[in-house]
Amino acid sequence: MSETTPFDEMTNPDGTIRDAYKAFEAWFSSEDPAHLRAKAREAEAFFRLTGITFNVYGQAEAAERLIPFDIVPRIIAAREWAKLSRGIEQRVSALNAFLHDIHHRQEIVRSGRLPREMIARNDAYLSQMIGVDPPGGIYTHIVGIDLVRTGPDQFYVLEDNARTPSGVSYMLENRETMLHMFPEIFAKNRVQRVSRYPERLHASLAACAPMACTGDPVVAVLTPGIHNSAYYEHSFLADQMGVELVEGHDLRVVNGRVAMRTTQGYKAIDVLYRRVDDDFLDPMNFRTDSYLGVPGIFDVYRAGGITIANAPGTGVADDKAIYSYMPEIVEFYTGEKPLLENVPTWRCSDADSLAYVLDNLAELVVKEVHGSGGYGMLIGPAASKKELREFRRKLESRPGNYIAQPTLSLSTAPIFTRSGLSPRHLDLRPFVLVSPNGIDITPGGLTRVALKKGSLVVNSSQGGGTKDTWVLEDD
Amino acid sequence: MLGKTAGGLLWMFRYMERCENLARLVETGQRIALTRPDRADSEWSSLLQTASSRDAYDMHHDEVTGEAVIDWLLRARDNPASVINCIAQARTNARLVRTAITREVWESVNEAWMVLGKELSGRVSMRDLQRVLGVIRQRSAFVRGALHGTMLRNDIYDFARLGTFIERADATARLLDVKYYVLLPSAAGVGSSLDNAQWEVILRAVSAEGAYRMVHGRVRVAPDIARFLMLDKRQPRSLSFCYDKIGANLEYLERDYGVRMPSHDMSETICQDLDHATIQSIIETGLHEFLQDFLRRNAALAAQIEHDYRFSQ
Repeated sequence: MSETTPFDEMTNPDGTIRDAYKAFEAWFSSEDPAHLRAKAREAEAFFRLTGITFNVYGQAEAAERLIPFDIVPRIIAAREWAKLSRGIEQRVSALNAFLHDIHHRQEIVRSGRLPREMIARNDAYLSQMIGVDPPGGIYTHIVGIDLVRTGPDQFYVLEDNARTPSGVSYMLENRETMLHMFPEIFAKNRVQRVSRYPERLHASLAACAPMACTGDPVVAVLTPGIHNSAYYEHSFLADQMGVELVEGHDLRVVNGRVAMRTTQGYKAIDVLYRRVDDDFLDPMNFRTDSYLGVPGIFDVYRAGGITIANAPGTGVADDKAIYSYMPEIVEFYTGEKPLLENVPTWRCSDADSLAYVLDNLAELVVKEVHGSGGYGMLIGPAASKKELREFRRKLESRPGNYIAQPTLSLSTAPIFTRSGLSPRHLDLRPFVLVSPNGIDITPGGLTRVALKKGSLVVNSSQGGGTKDTWVLEDD
Repeated sequence: MLGKTAGGLLWMFRYMERCENLARLVETGQRIALTRPDRADSEWSSLLQTASSRDAYDMHHDEVTGEAVIDWLLRARDNPASVINCIAQARTNARLVRTAITREVWESVNEAWMVLGKELSGRVSMRDLQRVLGVIRQRSAFVRGALHGTMLRNDIYDFARLGTFIERADATARLLDVKYYVLLPSAAGVGSSLDNAQWEVILRAVSAEGAYRMVHGRVRVAPDIARFLMLDKRQPRSLSFCYDKIGANLEYLERDYGVRMPSHDMSETICQDLDHATIQSIIETGLHEFLQDFLRRNAALAAQIEHDYRFSQ
C-alpha cells in the first residue's frame, strides 16, 4: 500500500475545507456532538422499524442485519458529477452496443480487439441469446457502475454491474433518513434530488414494452423470495413503483404470455424487472432444478411476448476478464477515447502477466474473475505471509480464474465516530437507467464506506457501512 | 392483486387476531388461578384445549401447571400457536405483502414483533405477566389502528378483514365449546346456576363483562351469556357479528370484482342460520354439536375463500 496519505474528499492536506463540504462543515461544527450521537442512534431505530435489513447467507433465517449508516453525507460537487456522468453515459452505451454485437455479428471479435474465447468460454455467455433482439434494443436496463476515487480529478471504474445491481433502496432510504433527521442542512445545501428514481425506473421499463403489449404496459418485479438477501429492496421498489412483486410460483405461461395469478385470474405481464439470476430464470431453458423461475418464460421472451430486464446473458459484460478489455470496448463502439479510466488489470491467464503478479503479490489486489461481494479476493498489502502463500498456490493452479490490480490509494471521507470526524475509505455506485429514450443517471448513488480505520473493504457483507450521497446543484 | 398477496393479508390478520386472543385467554386463566386456587389446574387444562394445543403441550410436559401453560402459550418455540410464533408469522406475512400495506401498517407489525420479541425473550415472571399481556393487546390494537387509519378501502382491506373475523369467530366458538364441553357433556344441565362461574370466565376472556352488564344488568344467567356471546350482533366477538362482517367484506369483493363466488353463498347460508337460531333451539339440538358444526363450516368457508381467490396454485 502506498505510504502517502490518501486523498480526502472533505479536507485538503493544509487543513482547509474543500468547497463542496464548506456549508456542511459549518453546520457540523456548530452542532453538539451529544445531540448528533443521539441522532445516529435514532437513525438506527428508524432503519430497524422500516425493516431495511439484509439477510446474511449461511446464517439462521432470523439473522436480519442492518447495514450501518453513517450520518455524515458524502458530497460531490456539481462539476465533478457532470464529468462523471459523461463518462458513465459513454461506458453504459458501449456496454449495450457490446452486448448486442456479441449476440449478433461479433464484429469486435472479427476485428481482433477481443479474443474469441473471452466470449465462447465465458460461463455467463448464453448461446440461447444469439440472434435475439430484446425489445427496444436494450440489454442493460439497470446498471450500477462501481467507482473509486484517488485524487481531485481521478476516478476509476472498479466494476460494471450489469446483471442485477442492488443497493438503490439504500440510496433512497439513506436520503429519506437524512431529510427526516436533519431537515435544516438541506436548507443550507442545494442537493439534487434522488427521490424520482422509482418513477423513472418505471417509465424506463415501460418504454421497453414488448410487441405483444397492448395498452399501458404491466410491469412487475420478480424476486427469489422473502429469504433473499435483497428482499427488502425488491419489495421496496415494487411498492414505490406501484407494481406487483411476484415470485416464480405466481407466474405461468398462458396463451403465449407470462401471466401472474391474481385474485381474479391470470393477468399478462409486459415487462418483468427480474432480480433472479439467469440460471434460475427458466427451468426449461436453463437450470432444470430451479424453482425460482418460470418454465417457458425464455420462449415467450424470444417470441416478443415479454421484456426481461436486464436481458438474459448481460452477465458477460460485468465479468472481470471482460472488464480488462473495457477501454477497447468503449473505443470500438463509441469511436471515442474512454472518459472514465479502468484500473490497470493483469489477466493471469497471460503467462507474462502471471509472472509479474506472482512477483509482486504483496502489492496487488487479486480477484476471482467471476467473484463478487469481496469474497475470494486477496488484498496483498493487508495479507499475512500464510495467506499470500495460499493464494500463490491458487494462482498457479488456476491462473485463468484470476485478475490482479494495483492497490489503489482510495479516497477517504469522514465518518462520525465517538471522537468526532475520522476519515475512512469509500467507493461509489451510481445507478443508471437505460431505455430507448436515453440514458438516465440519478445524481447520487450508493456510497459504501469501510468502517474500520485503514480498511479498503467496503462490502456490507464484510463490515462496510453506507452514507447518503449528495450531488450539489451548483458549485 | 396477486392471489398470494390476498392469502398473505388474510393470514397476517388471522395471526394478529390470534395473538390478542391468546393474551386474553392467559389473562383469564391467571385470574381464575388467583381467585379460585382449588380449580386452577383444571382451568389451565381447559384453556390449553381452547388454544387447541393440548396434545402438543403433553408431548413436552409431564404435568399441567399455571407457569408451564403460560410459558407454553406465550413463548414456546415448539408451540406453533404461541404468541411469539404467531407474531413472527404475522410479520413474515406482512413482509410478503409489503407492497399491499401502508408503511404505517408494516411498521406497526414490525415494531410489535420487535417489542414482543424483547418482552418474551425470557420467562415472564408472575409480577410482570399483566404488563406483558397488556403490551400484547396494545400492540395488536396499534396494528388495527394503523389498518383503519391508513388503508384504502379496497380488496386489500377486505382480505385483511376476512382474516380477522374468520379467526375471531373460530376463537369465540372454540372458547364456548371447551367451556361447555368440560362442564356439561350433555345438554340436560344447561341453565343451572352451578355453571355461572364458568360463564363469567368466558365473558372475561372476550373482554365482554362490561358490555354484558350494560345489556343485561347484573343478573348473569347462562343462556343469556351464551346468547350474548354467540348471537348478539352488537357484541364484536360474537359469531353473528363476525359473520355480518364476513358477509359484508365478501359483498364488497363481489361488487369490486363483478363476480359472485361460491364462498359468498356459503357465508350467506351461515349468516342466515345464525339469524334464525335462538338460544333455546341451540340448546335443544345441543350446544356442543352446534359449535362443532359451526367450527367445521367456518373452516370450510376459509378454504373456499382460499380457492375462490386463488391464494395458491
